[in-house]
Amino acid sequence: MSPLNIHKGIVIPLDRANVDTDAIIPKQFLKSIKKTGFGPNLFDEWRYLDHGEPGQDNSKRRTNPDFVLNIPRYKDGSILIARENFGCGSSREHAPWALLDFGIRVVIAPSFADIFYGNCFKNGILPITLDKITMDHIFTKVEKKIGYEITVNLQKQKIYYDSETVSFEVDSFKKSCLLDGLDDIGLTLKNKINIENFEKKYHESFPWLNGEES
Amino acid sequence: MGISLYEKVFNRHVVQKDENTYLLYIDRHLVHEVTSPQAFEGIRISNRNIWRKNSIIAVPDHNVPTTDRTVKIKDPISRIQVETLDKNCEEFDLLQFKMNDRRQGIVHVVGPEQGSTLPGMTIVCGDSHTSTHGAFGAIAMGIGTSEVEHVLTTQCLIVNKFKTMRVKVNGDLQYGVTAKDVALEIIGKIGTAGGTGHAIEFTGTSIQSLSMEGRMTLCNMAIEAGSRVGLIGVDDKTIEYIEDKPLAPKGDLWEKAKKDWVTLVSDEDARFDSEIEIDGSLIEPQVTWGTSPEMVVSITSKVPNPANFSDKTLSSSYQTALKYMNLKPETPINEISIDKVFIGSCTNSRIEDLRAAASIVGTKKIAKNIKLALVVPGSGLVKHQAEAEGLDKVFRNAGFEWREPGCSMCLAMNADKLEPGERCASTSNRNFEGRQGQGGRTHLVSPQMAAAAAIYGKFVDIREIN
Repeated sequence: MSPLNIHKGIVIPLDRANVDTDAIIPKQFLKSIKKTGFGPNLFDEWRYLDHGEPGQDNSKRRTNPDFVLNIPRYKDGSILIARENFGCGSSREHAPWALLDFGIRVVIAPSFADIFYGNCFKNGILPITLDKITMDHIFTKVEKKIGYEITVNLQKQKIYYDSETVSFEVDSFKKSCLLDGLDDIGLTLKNKINIENFEKKYHESFPWLNGEES
Repeated sequence: MGISLYEKVFNRHVVQKDENTYLLYIDRHLVHEVTSPQAFEGIRISNRNIWRKNSIIAVPDHNVPTTDRTVKIKDPISRIQVETLDKNCEEFDLLQFKMNDRRQGIVHVVGPEQGSTLPGMTIVCGDSHTSTHGAFGAIAMGIGTSEVEHVLTTQCLIVNKFKTMRVKVNGDLQYGVTAKDVALEIIGKIGTAGGTGHAIEFTGTSIQSLSMEGRMTLCNMAIEAGSRVGLIGVDDKTIEYIEDKPLAPKGDLWEKAKKDWVTLVSDEDARFDSEIEIDGSLIEPQVTWGTSPEMVVSITSKVPNPANFSDKTLSSSYQTALKYMNLKPETPINEISIDKVFIGSCTNSRIEDLRAAASIVGTKKIAKNIKLALVVPGSGLVKHQAEAEGLDKVFRNAGFEWREPGCSMCLAMNADKLEPGERCASTSNRNFEGRQGQGGRTHLVSPQMAAAAAIYGKFVDIREIN
């Protein structure tokens, strides 16, 4: 996983609430057995006017000129802003894979769905929760200026835009994993003996759960 | 101060606590073909091992065709995914119910019917509807693929403790009102983000009156209220359901287990971070009109008018939804006609659901305007049971198609899907844009309401028929 601390980038405004993971990456693209290559199909049904299938040459498809990712001023963006309950629905990790493959490293919204929120951290994407008023403020700024950029500092838990600074909350464990790009399986396996000891005692207390019953 | 069911189950699984995060031991890991290939690949690359093979049950469900399975899967990409699961299960020596096994089906139907879902367990699966298994007094939650790999290799998950929410539903449910309607009513009330960050426990006399199938339907939809975990305390029905299931404990272990399981209820004085109360006797059959499960009204209502809402974000999302659904504000729900009907999914494809739908169908035929009405049983065993009861004949005689088990048109990863513009009465769980096929329009309902919609070609109040 690629670490993230300070990230400066162009902001892409997606002015919708309840953006679900089916919209972020439609089901036909979940058939891949890889983690990469989803970027061209990010938001496929909103981004293109025709139906997309895996393996297609996307450069030949009809794009929806009104969709934000197709508007030239946002095409190099790496910070996505959206409305409430971003990433709701399916647990598919293909959603953060698609965002990352497109080049998104930070998503900012007033709230996120739990599974998506956790999945972002596992893939080097920082999801940030800000209150609705600050979000409205940033949306207005982005609309007014072409190439509007903001800077996110994870270590300091701050966002800098124009002359303003806002703080954000983040779980300390998730933060340290993202700062260092840590593989959390490796971290957990450092506690291998604890897990083994726990498991032994646990199965003594609840012998019907040791999986040998069948 | 007493503690809640969620905390009871959580506490017995804590391996260690580090600041705000817990290393939580996982009892059961269910695996399907869509969210596991990258996890197995990760294990191969890092040269790690699977921690406890006998905690794992794998079954292909999302991509499998619901038609003739004696031939190979037509779609080459779907086929590769199903074959990849076969290969991974062989290589790592895992129990799998393969596509042509009689026990194959939707992972959340198969788990409980095999007795692999037990009270007090922690259960995970790379699928958000894992909350289903909470009906047994277990902590069951959907995880991403990175977490699938984490559980495969460490038997643990790194988690934060959820807040707790109690949703109390009291009163006798009216005739024709099901667990699905209770779920949709709750989601309509608290919204699709209402349960975010919370484990929801469902309690009250309406919940107690539900069968285990109904409780699974309700917990299944907890995720549509934003909650990764939905759960219900153990009672006699829970224990009765599990007894004699293939993987359930037997003999002495069964007796020991039962003694433990009856303690798996919230203490009377348990405190919850939030509480909601709903009068179950007032719930009517529900129909969603929009593109989020919270966009729901009762069959006696009309499609809402966005102009009546002052909140700008809400009003604009209502407008977007109505445009996508091709509905005019204030259209009575019982005037909406439909093109297709889908009875199935991990929400509503168990034997009780099929019996209920068949009882509405009786000797009637589907309406002329219905292009396709599908019944997709949740598992091979459900299908077999339904056939033994003659339900397949009821459906077939009426004009329904009777299919092989799988996720099917709930998410349309296989060949079963809506065409652009088609409108469907569906017993599944998500009415998102494009969920059942690009441009398709989904209305979520109970199995009875779906069956009635097939007969009348439009939504009808099942309390007023028969």
